[in-house]
Amino acid sequence: MLSVEDINIYYGNIHSVKNVSFTVEEGNIVSLIGANGAGKSTILKTISGIMRSKSGKILFKNENIENTEPYKIVRNGLSHVPEGRRVFLGQSVYENLEMGHYTQPKSTFKERLEFVYTKFPRLKERRKQPAGTLSGGEQQMLAIGRALMVMPKLLMLDEPSMGLAPMLIHQIFDIIKDLNKKGITILLVEQNAKMALNISNKAYVLETGKIISSGDSKSLLQDNIIKTAYLGG
Amino acid sequence: MLFFSQLINGLQLGSIYALIALGYSMVYGIIRLLNFAHGDILMVGAYVALFSLTASFDPWLVITLTIITSTLLAIIIEKVTYTPLRNAPRLSVLITAIGVSILLQNLSQFFFGASGRPFPVHLLLEPTVFNFFGININNNSIITIIVTIVSMIVLTFIVKRTRLGKAMRAVSQDLDAARLMGVNVNNVVTFTFAVGASLAGIGSILYALRFPLISPNIGGILGLKAFVAAIVGGIGSIPGAMIGGYTIGILEVLVITFGLSGWTDGVVFLLLIIVLMFKPTGIMGKNIAEKV
Repeated sequence: MLSVEDINIYYGNIHSVKNVSFTVEEGNIVSLIGANGAGKSTILKTISGIMRSKSGKILFKNENIENTEPYKIVRNGLSHVPEGRRVFLGQSVYENLEMGHYTQPKSTFKERLEFVYTKFPRLKERRKQPAGTLSGGEQQMLAIGRALMVMPKLLMLDEPSMGLAPMLIHQIFDIIKDLNKKGITILLVEQNAKMALNISNKAYVLETGKIISSGDSKSLLQDNIIKTAYLGG
Repeated sequence: MLFFSQLINGLQLGSIYALIALGYSMVYGIIRLLNFAHGDILMVGAYVALFSLTASFDPWLVITLTIITSTLLAIIIEKVTYTPLRNAPRLSVLITAIGVSILLQNLSQFFFGASGRPFPVHLLLEPTVFNFFGININNNSIITIIVTIVSMIVLTFIVKRTRLGKAMRAVSQDLDAARLMGVNVNNVVTFTFAVGASLAGIGSILYALRFPLISPNIGGILGLKAFVAAIVGGIGSIPGAMIGGYTIGILEVLVITFGLSGWTDGVVFLLLIIVLMFKPTGIMGKNIAEKV
C-alpha cells in the first residue's frame, strides 16, 4: 500500500529525518513510535506532500508520490489526520466535514456523511455547532471523521491520543481498530507506545530521525530495550 | 437636514473605502500579506474607465472592461511577483507589494501624464439631484450605496456557499489543514486576489463618480485609508472591512462638516493609532487564542 524508501528530510539546515525506510501493507495497522522530536510527524507531513524529502521514494499504491501536489494525494485516497487535530474552529461540524469531502465527487457526499455520523453519533448531534466549542475528544472525532470523508485507502493518524483522558483514548483506539476491520489501512504515529503496539500489527521505533528498531508489535512489546525506553519498565 | 445629507455623503465615501478594504482584508486573511498595490489597481481601473468612456463605449461595456482589467491586472501581479515569494519571509513580500505600488504609479505617470484628467461623469450617468423630504441627494450617492451593498451580498454568498469560497475560509483559518483536505492553495490565492480586484474595479468607477479627477497618485492615499478601514474593522474579517469602511467614511465627513476639512487624513490616522492602542485586533477581530 505504502512504501517509503530512504527518505531524508531537512528543516533548513537541520537534518531531521535520516535514511528512513518502511512499508505499510494493505489491511494492516502500522505504528511509528518514538519520543518528541523523533521525526514522526515530519514523516507523515512528507507523505501527504506538505513537506518534501531531499532523496528517496514514496510509493503509494505503487505510484511515486514524492513530488505530487498534496491535493492529488488526498484525492487518491490517502488521508492525514494531523497532530493537534487542526479542525477549522470557526466553522461548524458540518462545514468541517464538507471540507473533508472537498476533493470528492458530489454524488458521494450524503452516503459518506451518514457513514461518519453512524461512526460518531456525537458529531451528528453537534453538526451545527462551531468546532471550536467541542471538547478535545469530540474535536479528535471530528478530525478523524473529516479524514474519512474521502473514504481513504490509507488513513494516517498523528497522535490521536494527545491531550485526551484515558477513557477517551480507549474509545478513539477502538474506533481505529474498527475502521481497520472495515478495510482501511492505518499508519499510526504515537507517543503512547503501549497503546499503539497493542493495536498494531507492525511497528517502527524512531529516535532522533532514525529507525532504531522494528518488527511485529507483539515482539516489540516484549523487547527489553523498548520496555525500558518507551513502556515505562 | 444637514445631518442627513452629510450622513448620505459619509455612507457614499464609506462605501468606496469598504469596497477597497475588503480586498485588503481578504488577501491578508489568506496569505497574511498587506497588498499595498491594491489601491493602485483601483487607479488603473479608473483610467480604463476614463479612456473607454472618452472613446464613447457603451456604459455597460465600460463597467465590464474596467472590472475585467482590474481583475486581470491583479492576477498577473500575483502570479509574477507574489507567487515566487510564497515561502519567502513576510517582510520581503511586503516590500515587494510596496514596490509594485510604486511601479504602477510610475508607469501610469509615464503613459498618462502626472496631472489629473477630468472624468467624464456625464457620459456614464447624468447627474441628478433628488429632493427627498427636504434633503438633497445626488443620484451617484444612491447608486454607490446600492452597488456596494449588492456587491457585499454577492461576496458573502460567494464566501459562504461556493466551493472556492469555502476553501477560502478554510485556508484563512488553517492553511496546512486546508491543504490536507485537498485544497489547491494556489488556486484559492489567485481567486482571492481576483475577487478583491473586481471589487476594486467596481470601486474605481464609484470613486470616479464622486471625485471626477483621475491622476496616478489617487490609489496611494485611498489605499492607505482603506487599509486603515480594514485594520479598524479587524483585518481578515469581511464584515469588519465593511464596518471599518463606513466608520472611516462617516468620520471623514463629520470632520469636514465641522469645518476642519484639512484635518481629515490626520483624524483617520489618529483613529488608527487609537484602535491599535486599545483594540489592536479591530472591531470584529478575534483574539487569537492558541489551544494546545
